[in-house]
Amino acid sequence: MDFRLTDEQRQVEEMVRGLSRREFAPRAAQVDEESRYPAENHRLLAELGLLGMLYPATFGGSEAGPVSYAIALREVAGGCASTGVGMAVTNMTGEAIFRFGTDAQRRRHLPMLSGGKGAGAFALTEPGAGSDAGGLSTFARENGDGFILDGSKNFITNGEHACVTIVMALTQKSPRRVSAFLVEPGTKGFSVGKRERKMGIKGSDTVSLSFEECRVPKSSMLGAPGDGLKIALSTLDGGRIGIASQAIGIARSALSAATEYAKDRRQFGQPIGEFQAIQWKLADAATELDAAQLLAFRAACLKERGVPYSKEASMAKLFATEAGNRASHAAVQVLGGYGYIREYPVERHLRDIRVTTIYEGTSEIQRLVISRALCG
Amino acid sequence: MVFDLTEEQRMIQDTAREFARKEVLPKAAELDENSRFPEELIRQMAELGFMGIAVPEEYGGAGMDNVCYAIAMEEISRACASTGVIMSVNNSLACDPILKFGSEEIKREYLVPMASGKTLGCFGLTEPGAGSDAGSQKTTAVRDGDFYVVNGTKNFITNAPQADTCVLFTMTDKAKSHKGITAFVVDMKWKGISLGKHEKKMGIKASATSSIVFEDVRVPAKNRLGNDGDGFKVAMHTLDGGRVGIAAQAIGIARASFEDALAYSKDRKQFGQAICEFQAIQWMLADIATEIDAARLLTWRAAWMKDRKMRHSKESSMAKLYASEVAMRAAVKGVQIHGGYGYIKEYPAERHFRDAKITEIYEGTSEIQRLVISAALLKG
Repeated sequence: MDFRLTDEQRQVEEMVRGLSRREFAPRAAQVDEESRYPAENHRLLAELGLLGMLYPATFGGSEAGPVSYAIALREVAGGCASTGVGMAVTNMTGEAIFRFGTDAQRRRHLPMLSGGKGAGAFALTEPGAGSDAGGLSTFARENGDGFILDGSKNFITNGEHACVTIVMALTQKSPRRVSAFLVEPGTKGFSVGKRERKMGIKGSDTVSLSFEECRVPKSSMLGAPGDGLKIALSTLDGGRIGIASQAIGIARSALSAATEYAKDRRQFGQPIGEFQAIQWKLADAATELDAAQLLAFRAACLKERGVPYSKEASMAKLFATEAGNRASHAAVQVLGGYGYIREYPVERHLRDIRVTTIYEGTSEIQRLVISRALCG
Repeated sequence: MVFDLTEEQRMIQDTAREFARKEVLPKAAELDENSRFPEELIRQMAELGFMGIAVPEEYGGAGMDNVCYAIAMEEISRACASTGVIMSVNNSLACDPILKFGSEEIKREYLVPMASGKTLGCFGLTEPGAGSDAGSQKTTAVRDGDFYVVNGTKNFITNAPQADTCVLFTMTDKAKSHKGITAFVVDMKWKGISLGKHEKKMGIKASATSSIVFEDVRVPAKNRLGNDGDGFKVAMHTLDGGRVGIAAQAIGIARASFEDALAYSKDRKQFGQAICEFQAIQWMLADIATEIDAARLLTWRAAWMKDRKMRHSKESSMAKLYASEVAMRAAVKGVQIHGGYGYIKEYPAERHFRDAKITEIYEGTSEIQRLVISAALLKG
C-alpha cells in the first residue's frame, strides 16, 4: 500500500494546476456567461499533451496513464468544468480508437485528436435511448463496400467541434447487433443539429447529430461487426473515472471558495468560520471529497494494471458526483446571498456539477452496475 | 500509488478473518445476550499477537504496521464488535502511549506483558464532567517526594473491570488548564483504586464499561508518561491512533450489517422473486457497499500515514467520522432490508444496529471529529 503520487504524477498535478489557475479559471465566468466554446483552452491542452493521455507517442499521445489522467482532469475541471468535459470526451474517444482501432484508423485519427485539430465525440445516446443505451435505433445498412447510416443522436458532447465521432448504430435488427463507426465532419448526409441550452457546463457544446443516407466506408468500422456495445461499455468504464475526477475538481473549487469566504466574512462579531454551523459543512464536504478521491484513484490504479475495474469505476463515479453535488450545494449555502450571484464562482460550480450525476451513466445506472456485481 | 496489500497485510487479513469466522462469530450473540466478557477469545487473540499488533517484537508485540492493525480490527469487529473494542483499547489506547512516551523501564514493566496479551490495559481520560471537553480534568495528582498522590473518579472506562494497567490522566496544575494535565501508567491492583458503577449499555455489551475511583493512590514518579503538563499531548496523540482503530471497528460492523443483509436479500422471496431483484433493495446495497469501500480507504490512508510518522490528526478524524457514520447508516439499512426479522434477536441485524451506535460517540464524538477537521481546514 502506498498513498503517495509518483514523481511524474506530482509533476502532472503541478503543471496542470498552474495552467488551470493561470488560463482556465480566469476565463471560466466569461465562457459560462457567453456559452462560448473555449477553443483557446483546447489548444493549450493539446500543447501540453493533455488530449491524448491514454495512448503512446507513436500516435501522438503522451501515455501518461489513468492516474495522471485523473489528476489532470481534476485540475482542469477545477478551473473550468466545460473545458474539463471537452478534455474528458476527447481523451475517451482517442482511447477507444487506440484500443479497438486498426493501425490505419489510429494513424489517421489519433494525432489529430491529441494535437487539438478538433475534439473527439462519442455518439451513443439517442432521443429514445438514454440509460437504456442498447435500445438505440440508428441503423447502418450494408451497401457495397460501405454502410449507409440513418438515424439521429442527441446530447452529444463536443459534437460540433469534433474531428472524429464514434457513432453507435445497429447493423442487424434481429438479433440486435450494434457496431461502432468513425465518422468525420463533412461526410455527406451527416449534419450537426441544434445546440442545447443548458443549466451548466455552458462552454461545452452539446448537440444532436443526424444521419440521412450517410455513406461511410467499411474501413470506418471500429472493431468487428457487433462489437459496438462492448466498445461503448468498456469505454464508459474509463469515462466514469474521468467524470468522477471532473466532479472532484469542481467540488474542491467550491469548497475552497467557501473556506476562504468563511474566514473573511464576519457576522455577529466574528468570522462565520468560527460558527459550528459553518464548520460542520466544511468538515463533511472535505471528508467526503477525500473519500471520493481515494475511490477514483483506486479505480484508476486497477485500470492502470489492466485488471477489471467496472464496479470500482461505478463506485467512484456514483460517490464522487453525489458527494461533489452535496459539497457544492453546501458551498453556496456558506456564501449565503453571495453564493447565489454571479460575482462569486460557486453558483456556477453548483450548476456545472449538477450534470455529473447524469451523464456517462446516471447515478441510478451506477447503482445497477454495483448491485449486479454484488448480487452476482 | 498502490492500493494492494503487502504480503504481511494479506496474511494477517486471512488469519484474522479465519479466526473471526471460526471462533468469534459463533459466540457473538451469546456474548451480547449475557453481557459476558470473552476471556477465552482474548487469550486466543493474545496468542495470535492481536493484542499488540503495531508494537515492536522487543516490547512483546507482533511488530507489524498500523495498516495490519486496521485490517485485523475490521475482521474481528465483523464477527463481534465487543471483542473488537477490547482489542482496540489494548492496542491503541494502552500500548501505544506507553510505547511512544514511556521510559525504557516502564516499557519493560508494563508494555511487554500488555502487548503480548498477558495483561489487559485501559485508558482513564473521561470523567463525569470531562467528556468531549477532555481538558477539564478534575482528578488530581499532587507531588509528594518520589510519588504523586492521585484522587478522583474516571467513568465510562472500557476494559476497566478486567484491566491490569491503566493509562491515567490527571490534573497536576489547574491554573494551566489543559497544559496542566499529566499522564501516568498505573497498576490497577494498587491500594486506593476501586471499581465504581458497572454500566449497562445499548450495545457492545460483552465489553465491560465502568467507573474507577482513585483515593489517595500513591503513584511512583517514574510511572509518569512524558513530563508534567504533557498529558494533553499524550492524550491527543493516542486518540489520533485510537481513531484509526475505531474507524476499522466501524467498518467491521458496517460489513456485518451489509453482508448479512445481502445474504438475506438473496434468499428472501416476496412478490414472486428474491427481494434483491428489486431496485429498492439494490439501491440500499449499492450505497452501503460504496460507502464501506470509501470508509476503508480513508482508514487505511490514516493508518499508512501513522506508519510513516506523518501528521495524521485530520485524516484520522475523517476516517473515524466517516466510517462510524457509515456503520450507523449500514445498520439502519441492514435492519430495514430484514424487515421484521431485522427487529428480532434471531437475526444479528439488530445487534449490529446497537453496536454501531457507539462508534459515533467514543474516542471523540462525530462532533469532535468535525471540530478537528474544520480547524485544520480553516487554519490552512
